[in-house]
Amino acid sequence: MNKERRIRVLVAKPGLDGHDRGARIIARAYRDAGFEVVYSGLHQTPEEVVQAAIQEDVDMIGLSSLAGAHMYLFPRVVELLKEKNADDILVCGGGIFPEEDIPKLKNAGIKEVFTPGTPLTEIVNWVKENVKPRGL
Amino acid sequence: MEIVQKIKTGDIRAVARLIRDIDDNIPEAREVLKELYSATGNAYVIGVTGAPGVGKSTLVDQMVTHLRKSGKTVGVLAVDPTSPFSGGAILGDRVRMQRHSMDEGVFIRSMATRGAFGGLTQSTRSAIDVLDAMGKDYVIVETVGVGQDEVDIVRSSDTTLIVLVPGMGDDVQALKAGILEVGDIFVINKSDREGVDKTVGDIRLMIEMDEKRYKDGWKPPILTTQAAFDKGIRELLDEIEKHHLYLSSNKTMLSKLRYEKAKSDLSEMIKDRIAKEIFIDITSSGEFEEAIKSIVDKQIDPYTACDTIVSAKLKSNIR
Repeated sequence: MNKERRIRVLVAKPGLDGHDRGARIIARAYRDAGFEVVYSGLHQTPEEVVQAAIQEDVDMIGLSSLAGAHMYLFPRVVELLKEKNADDILVCGGGIFPEEDIPKLKNAGIKEVFTPGTPLTEIVNWVKENVKPRGL
Repeated sequence: MEIVQKIKTGDIRAVARLIRDIDDNIPEAREVLKELYSATGNAYVIGVTGAPGVGKSTLVDQMVTHLRKSGKTVGVLAVDPTSPFSGGAILGDRVRMQRHSMDEGVFIRSMATRGAFGGLTQSTRSAIDVLDAMGKDYVIVETVGVGQDEVDIVRSSDTTLIVLVPGMGDDVQALKAGILEVGDIFVINKSDREGVDKTVGDIRLMIEMDEKRYKDGWKPPILTTQAAFDKGIRELLDEIEKHHLYLSSNKTMLSKLRYEKAKSDLSEMIKDRIAKEIFIDITSSGEFEEAIKSIVDKQIDPYTACDTIVSAKLKSNIR
């Protein structure tokens, strides 16, 4: 009876990395795909990211990092989500990562990692396929 | 209901989920709202409206800081437009307020307008009730523009701020329609910019010329601020407090306001519910598409099509 729920995504830039062009481009692609995108802005701590994700009741957090701090920041977000009983929120990452870090990130709970050159449509489709609508 | 208890005790997850469910028209959410209603009516609601780029989010951010210093708790609803093409939205107001995200006394929620039926009006009204029931002392609702929907939102605020920037010139004239009926306080932000005196003058003229239309008999003050530099915020909150006192100054005023709010709430809800029910019905049955095609093929005019649909639906039971 009801129209489909809209997918809500938090696009966040944790850490000191100030390059947000990629994050903005993804945010626009998500909007064009019909998602509601909350953009957190720069220099977020993992705590701030998780708090925003919970208040905004998002389905997924997209973390953007190009400055190399991903091995601390990304797993920390996953950890905090667990602590707050919010680990049904998916976490994925985008940016520049050394090849060998990608499996480690996935082991730490990052569902998928997107590197430069990944077509936007691929990312959007992945989100549509992997985000499950939630109940009360 | 367990969720009702959770919300009354300020459980962030429960509140966030409920607002989402309200937005997505989940029937169970409506039941929760029914139970929560008796816990509403305590929060003071401030509406902040104005064109994009005038600094509303920055202003709200500073207001939150000051309110928190006075020990008050705040809920913020930041509303941004849904793209009419994709149905998606970028909700970027939070960026300006993120420094409050770790403060347990502040709850910030971004909402998209979702167009006519998701409704800036209905979902946001309900979200205000939820933040109210959650126990927040203040609820600040930030919306864009002064179109009809925003005027409705403003009707559910206790104090409405109209935010402008200097140099709007002819735009002030364009804003005229309905603005006096909507604005309780005029705020000229970015007052370090050129043209501030003229803008103040233009608004003052507009206010002086139209005494009879003062909303609730309150003459709107004009304030200048520089939100980015934390200037004028204390004075703004003082004016809001003055307005609050004015509104609660006598029983006649209070009962008039309660009447108006209940009337406005109920009217909007009825309109919203009827429209939703009819649309869900005619889109799923294909009737809507058929009617559109008939209009395009000039077999029928839209007025007749509309009347046919509506009288048929109103006769049958609405779920």
